[in-house]
Amino acid sequence: MNPWALSGIVLVAAMTFYLGRRSSRFASTTHDFLVARRTVRSRRNAAAISGEYLSAASFLGVAGVVLKDGADALWYPIGFTAGYLALMLFVAAPLRRSGAYTLPDFMEARLASEPLRRFCTVVVVVIGVLYMLPQLQGAGLAVATIFPAPAWIGAAAVTVVVAVNVMAGGMRAITVVQAFQYWLKLFALAAPTFVLCMVFLGTGGTGGAGSLGEPAPPVFREDTTVSVETDVTLEVGGETPVWSPAASGGERVWLPGRQYRVEAGSTLRFPEGAPVPVVAGGALDNASWLRPTEDASDLLGTYSLIFATFLGTMGLPHVLVRFYTNPDGKAARRTTVQVLLLLGLFYMFPILIGALSRLYVPELLVTGRTDAAVLLVPTAVLPGVLGQILAAVVAAGAFAAFLSTSSGLLVSVAGVVATDWLSGKVRDFKIATVGMAAVPAVLAVSLPVEDLSLSVGMSFALAASTFCPVLLLGIWWRRLTWPGAMVGMTVGGGLVLVALALNVVSEYTGGWAPWFVEQPALLTVTAAFLTTIVVSLGTARRVPDDVNSVMLRLHAPDPLGFMRDRADARFGKADERTRMKRGRHRK
Amino acid sequence: MTDDYYRDTGGIRQPDPTLGKRVPVTPEPSPPRPARQPAPPPSEPPPPPRVRRQRVVLAEPTKSTNSLRARVELEEQTSWGEMLIKDLIKAQLRSGLLLAGIVLLLLGALPVAFYYSPTFATMRLVGIPLPWLLLGVAPFPLLFGAGLWYNRLAERHERDFVDMIEN
Repeated sequence: MNPWALSGIVLVAAMTFYLGRRSSRFASTTHDFLVARRTVRSRRNAAAISGEYLSAASFLGVAGVVLKDGADALWYPIGFTAGYLALMLFVAAPLRRSGAYTLPDFMEARLASEPLRRFCTVVVVVIGVLYMLPQLQGAGLAVATIFPAPAWIGAAAVTVVVAVNVMAGGMRAITVVQAFQYWLKLFALAAPTFVLCMVFLGTGGTGGAGSLGEPAPPVFREDTTVSVETDVTLEVGGETPVWSPAASGGERVWLPGRQYRVEAGSTLRFPEGAPVPVVAGGALDNASWLRPTEDASDLLGTYSLIFATFLGTMGLPHVLVRFYTNPDGKAARRTTVQVLLLLGLFYMFPILIGALSRLYVPELLVTGRTDAAVLLVPTAVLPGVLGQILAAVVAAGAFAAFLSTSSGLLVSVAGVVATDWLSGKVRDFKIATVGMAAVPAVLAVSLPVEDLSLSVGMSFALAASTFCPVLLLGIWWRRLTWPGAMVGMTVGGGLVLVALALNVVSEYTGGWAPWFVEQPALLTVTAAFLTTIVVSLGTARRVPDDVNSVMLRLHAPDPLGFMRDRADARFGKADERTRMKRGRHRK
Repeated sequence: MTDDYYRDTGGIRQPDPTLGKRVPVTPEPSPPRPARQPAPPPSEPPPPPRVRRQRVVLAEPTKSTNSLRARVELEEQTSWGEMLIKDLIKAQLRSGLLLAGIVLLLLGALPVAFYYSPTFATMRLVGIPLPWLLLGVAPFPLLFGAGLWYNRLAERHERDFVDMIEN
C-alpha cells in the first residue's frame, strides 16, 4: 500500500474533472459536443491527439512486451507512431475537408448510401468497445498492483470519471483534458526513467538480475516467492530449483526444454541465483531477448504487426474524430507532423523502462503480469520513500492514460451513436454516453485479462481490415462503390473476428495458434483491399453521380473555399444557434 | 484585429461609434463626455476623447473576376476543371506514395536483414546492440522527417494550384 500513489491518482482524477468542467461551461450545441466547433489550433490538437492515443497499451503495455519479448517488441512503438505518417500522407487533409463529423458520416458523404452508413456505425461501436476493454482492464490491473483492492474498482472508477466528463462537455471538454494528459504522461514516464537510469549507471551498469549483455537468462537476486494469480505455462532456460509448498514433492528441479503448468493461486519459491522461468512464448534467455527476428514465423509475425499498426491507426474512430476538430485541411496536416514528434519523444521512455525492468523485476516473467512492470520497477530499484514517490508519479501517469484514451473513445462512439441511432441532439449525446460507457465496463469486469499490447494489436488489426481500405480507396479512387465498401469491410472484419475467436480458444487449449491467428492483419487487410476493389469494379453502375464534386471538395486547397460543413446542414450553424438562444440577435 | 472586436461584442456587429458624430481631430478644451472624466489639472493638456474609430468589415474583399470564373468552372466540373483537379490529386498521391515507399523500404528491410544475417543482428555499437538502436531510436526521427517533408511538398502543390487558378 502506497499512500503517495493513492494521492497521485486522486490528483489526476481531480485535475481531469476540473479542466473538463472549466471548458465544458462553454459547450452548449451539438457542434461543441461532436467536434469542439472545429476551432482547435494545431498545437493543442496535436497534444490532445497524442494524449488520447497514448493508451494503457503504450504506457504500460510497451514496457511489458519489451520485458518479455525484447527486440521484437520494439515494432509496437514504431508501428504506433508510423500509423500517423500513413494517416497524414493519405487521409488527414482530405478527411477534414470532407466536412463530415463522424466516420459513418464521411462514408455517406462519399458513397451516398444509407445502409453503408448504418453498417459503419456498427463497426465503429465494435472497434470502440474492443479498444476500451484493455483500457479498463489496465486500470483494474494498476489498482490491483498498487492497492490491496479488487480489480473491478479501477475499471469502475475510470468509467465514472470519464462518463461524467464526457457528458458535461463532449469534445469541447476533453480537448483540454487530453492535451494536459499528454504532458502529464510524458513527465510521468520521463522523470522515473531518468532517475532509474542514473541509479543503474551509478551501480556500474548491472542490475540485480545480472547484466543484459550476458547470454544467460536473468537470475533471481535473492530468495524470491512468487504467487501466480492466473494459470500459466512456464519454460526455463537452465536447470532451476523450485520450491512449491503446495505440491507434495516439495523441492524440485525444472529442466529446460519442457513446459510446466502452474495453476492459479499457487506459490513458488526460487532460491538466490536461480534462472528466472518465463511464460511460454517469451524470450527464454538474454541472448534471444536481445536479438530480433530469429525464425520465419517471427519474420512473418513482425510484418503482420507492421501492417496492422501502420494501417490500423487511420481506422481508429477516436483518432479520426480528433481530426475533424481542426479548422481546415492544412491545419490537419500540420497537426499530424507535430503528433509524430510528440509520439517519438514519448516512446523512448517505455522502451528504456522495459529493458531496465528485466534487470530489476524478473519475477514478473513468472506470473505473466509483465504489464505491471512500469508500476513496479521504481520501488524495486529504489526501496524507500523516493521509490514510492516515483511509483506514485508513474501510477498517476497510468491513470491519465486510461482516462484520456477512454474519454476519446467514448466521445467518438457516443457521437456516432447519438447522430445515427438517435436524433443527434445534445440530450441524445448524453444518453449515448451512458450506454456506451456501461457496455465495456461490464465486459472488462467479466472477461479475463490479456496482454494489453496484444489485445490492442487486435483492435488495430480490426481497424486496418475494415476502415483503412474504404478510407484509402474512397479518398483516392473514383470508382469505389458502396457495395464494394460493404463487402470489403465485411470480409476484412469477419476474418479478424474469426482470428480473435480462434486466439481465445487456443489460449485455453495450450497456445497452438500460429502467427496468422495471433496477428492476422497481413492476410486480412490484403483480402479486404482485394474484395473491395473487385466488387467495386463489378458494380460500376453504383458509382455515385456526384463523385467528381465530392473529389473536388476533398482535394481542392482550403483557400478556394469548397469546404462545406455537413453538420451545418443538419444541426445549424453553431454561432447562429447560440446567438438565437441568447436572444441578442434582435438588438 | 477584427476578430478581437467581434469577441468583445459577443459576435454582434455594431455600427461605427463615430458614425454621424463630429469627432474633433484636435482635443477641445471641453471633451464630449465631461461627466465621466474628472477635470484635469490645469497644468496638463486634456486627454484625447475616448471614441475609437473601428473598422467595419461588411464583406470579404472580392477576389478578382478571373479567379471567380476559375472557381465557378471548377465547381461546374467542365473538362478543364476536371483535368486540373485530377492533376492535383495525382501530384498529391504521387508524393504520398513516394514518401510511404521510402519509409516502408527502410523499415521493412530491417526484419529481413536481421533474419538472414545473424552477424548483423548481433552487432554492437558502443556497447549497445545495433538492432536496438535501429529499432528503438532511429525510426522516430525518420518518421518525423518524412512527415515534415510531406507537409512541405503538399503545401507547395496546393499553393501552385491556387496560383494557377487565380491567374
